[in-house]
Amino acid sequence: MTTTFGAYGGRYVPETLIPALDELTAGWQQACKDDAFRREVHELLTSYAGRPTPLTLASRFAPNRRIYLKREDILHTGAHKLNNALGQAVLARRLGKHRIVAETGAGQHGVATATVCARFGFDCVVYMGAEDMRRQRPNVERMQLLGAEVRPVEFGTKTLKEATSEAIRDWITNVETTHYLIGSCVGPAPYPEIVRELQRVIGEEAREQLLAAEGRLPEAVVACVGGGSNAIGVFYAFLDDDLRLVGVEAAGAASLGTGRTGILHGARSSILADADGQIADAHSISAGLDYPGVGPEHAALRDSGRAEYVPCTDEQALAAFHRLAETEGIIPALESSHALACALELDEELVLVCLSGRGDKDLAEVLAHDVGLRPDTAEQ
Amino acid sequence: MKKLVVYLVCEPETPELAEAAVEGGADLVELGFPFSDPLAEGPTIRLACERALARGMRTKQCLECLAEVRSRVDVPLVPMTYAAILEAYGYERFVADTRAAGATTAIVVDLPVEGHPEVPRIQLVAPTSTDERLAACAAATDGWLYLVTLTGTTGARGEVSSALAGLVERTRALTDVPLYAGFGISTPAHAAAVAELADGVVVGSRAVQVAEEGPRALRDYVRSLRGAIDAVATAV
Repeated sequence: MTTTFGAYGGRYVPETLIPALDELTAGWQQACKDDAFRREVHELLTSYAGRPTPLTLASRFAPNRRIYLKREDILHTGAHKLNNALGQAVLARRLGKHRIVAETGAGQHGVATATVCARFGFDCVVYMGAEDMRRQRPNVERMQLLGAEVRPVEFGTKTLKEATSEAIRDWITNVETTHYLIGSCVGPAPYPEIVRELQRVIGEEAREQLLAAEGRLPEAVVACVGGGSNAIGVFYAFLDDDLRLVGVEAAGAASLGTGRTGILHGARSSILADADGQIADAHSISAGLDYPGVGPEHAALRDSGRAEYVPCTDEQALAAFHRLAETEGIIPALESSHALACALELDEELVLVCLSGRGDKDLAEVLAHDVGLRPDTAEQ
Repeated sequence: MKKLVVYLVCEPETPELAEAAVEGGADLVELGFPFSDPLAEGPTIRLACERALARGMRTKQCLECLAEVRSRVDVPLVPMTYAAILEAYGYERFVADTRAAGATTAIVVDLPVEGHPEVPRIQLVAPTSTDERLAACAAATDGWLYLVTLTGTTGARGEVSSALAGLVERTRALTDVPLYAGFGISTPAHAAAVAELADGVVVGSRAVQVAEEGPRALRDYVRSLRGAIDAVATAV
């Protein structure tokens, strides 16, 4: 079991949670060795979620180059988040837990969690920052329709950071009955490894599909990074290949690009913090990237040089959002639009982009931005 | 004698408040060094930490606060904080500078017993702790063992957790270190009930609330807890 990634990771949590993390670790290790677990997850991913997702050549989006999109936006619920939620739901049932808590930023993980809870008959509570509830309203309504209770978090930045803290506090309080279904490759061990293992299907499929389509590997693999779960999921299959792995952070939430080593939400990683270790505010038009931390494995990949992490501004992401909609008939999530914007700038000819989610949830935010109704979100 | 521990967040008024708490009968004062994302705290202490940070109470200012409290009272002083603060400040440097400022030991809420032996500290155990972990925490703790009375975050509750008796019993069977219990203890009746079971009583959120009313209110409140605890000790 991986508890650390280089200097990062670990379990910085109150003692109350340590036995639950031990139990989760043991349950996960057993599940990994159990063919029945793997079969069930695979069956759900194919017959319920819609895997494998297609690979689409975006030839009008990027003329004279070969940019392929791994279409996680087509997955049931509209984002890669369901891969992880399904796997953790099967795991939670094995652990005898019937109540699920989760945090959500853009609402995609909240929707994926509410979905699997409906499917499995679990009670579901999703913590969401009040600011995110405002800017991702359709996802709040979807979660409620699916039977989940969405609890607004009204303090601090009212975004993903506080939602995560509140989900962990709920877990501390209800740990004996509750599984914390974390949405990204962050948090105390064993979560970063569990989430990576459940998301690596993205890269494994894409690698095969690209080899079938082109007869060779891409020159670069690009994904957006908030906590970093779609990025680690698509990168993992290519770690040993001779190609660039490029993670794209929101410029105002560049935990890897401008952060420092610190501790947030149970793990040591690269985070936005001041010299005293107090967590700083992140800023992004994209709620899913609006987080001052990042998965510890990404921090290790940055330090080793195996992956590189670049910033993308709100404006660049919005431009890519519109361009993909107008040239390919695909409305991407604002999060994924960061990866698209970066891919356009790269020199490489054959590029794989993880299109981690669809943008229906972002329409109101984008349209409001376009007509200048919300000057506060138009800032960089 | 059963011990009474009072928790306060480091703020400009804290030296005066700590003095009042000791006058009221506190045997030990925990001084919270605020962290922006304190996972074990309920709303009262979380809000107090946010306020302290907004008033500029970073590590340096908290160390100054600690030194000022030390100059006013003779009881043991224990900084209580989160690993993020030590990570940024340096673990050994934190130990050296808090000791130099008058601390007896420290409490780091999210630093499990396995890590950072260079930081002598009070270990916390919870109702969820296994016997193996209770033993490990008791062996490693620096002075007394902090029993978290309930499965949850800090904050006043209606009643003392029913989980405490079992936790005390399991822990007593494994160790001779003093056991102080905290989380959810707010009234003299709670304090008395906990004093029946444990060697010490830790009062946090309610003390932080009362401290907002000033030193006199805090002294009176602590005195009421002291009286309730001493009545138990006398009866026993």
